[in-house]
Amino acid sequence: MASNIKIKAQLKGDTAEVKTLMKHEMETGTRKDSKTGETVPAHYITEVKCLLNGKEVMTANWGPAISKNPYLAFEIAGAKAGDVVTISWVDNKGETDSAETTLG
Amino acid sequence: MNLKRRVFLRGAAALAALAVIPRTLLAWPEKAFSAKSTADVMQAMFGGADATASSEITLNAPDIAENGRVVPISVSTTLANVENVSIIVENNPAPLVASFDLGPGAVPNVSTRIKMGKTSNVIAVVKSGGNLYSAQKEVKVTIGGCGG
Repeated sequence: MASNIKIKAQLKGDTAEVKTLMKHEMETGTRKDSKTGETVPAHYITEVKCLLNGKEVMTANWGPAISKNPYLAFEIAGAKAGDVVTISWVDNKGETDSAETTLG
Repeated sequence: MNLKRRVFLRGAAALAALAVIPRTLLAWPEKAFSAKSTADVMQAMFGGADATASSEITLNAPDIAENGRVVPISVSTTLANVENVSIIVENNPAPLVASFDLGPGAVPNVSTRIKMGKTSNVIAVVKSGGNLYSAQKEVKVTIGGCGG
């Protein structure tokens, strides 16, 4: 499956500014379907891992209150051109997705 | 049939399962995310320690959010040795929205977009050098983002 994560990373000096957009419903589990009136089961990303050259830089633990199609921006110090930034997530149903980009 | 290979594969699969499952289960602070009040979140997340208000934390959030489904929030700090940045929305059904564990190399400057059910204080808690610091801001919500 093609990845549904978009990563934009930019080097400013030795700091990498990383912006990502993930495609995900982020269902809270409290919303009701307007047609059936049934509660839509919770389905949201719980953990996002950010790696630089395979080394963990940041782990984001999320609840269902992160907006649909989550946006995440962060910075990595001590990065250089050619370094690989990897983003991967796991949701509460065990689904995963990941993507990577090379700093230019 | 190569028995050794079978045994090896089974062992490898078991190892892989062990390595993957407990990690994601343990790492995600379920108790903190299911807590219903800010005090419970602080208890589950940080063992009930008090956070000191700090001017070294910058919490960027809109004064008025027209759409509670998408409220841009960013937290940055000049504090050193930041281990964790958490975002709490007091009046949300589950106040803990996100918790970022920062490793070496991560700059304490994160942005994301969150849902807010109604007007509430947004609190950024930063754990730095074993101490807790916080900053807060009220965000007025015109249309809620939870349920509907």
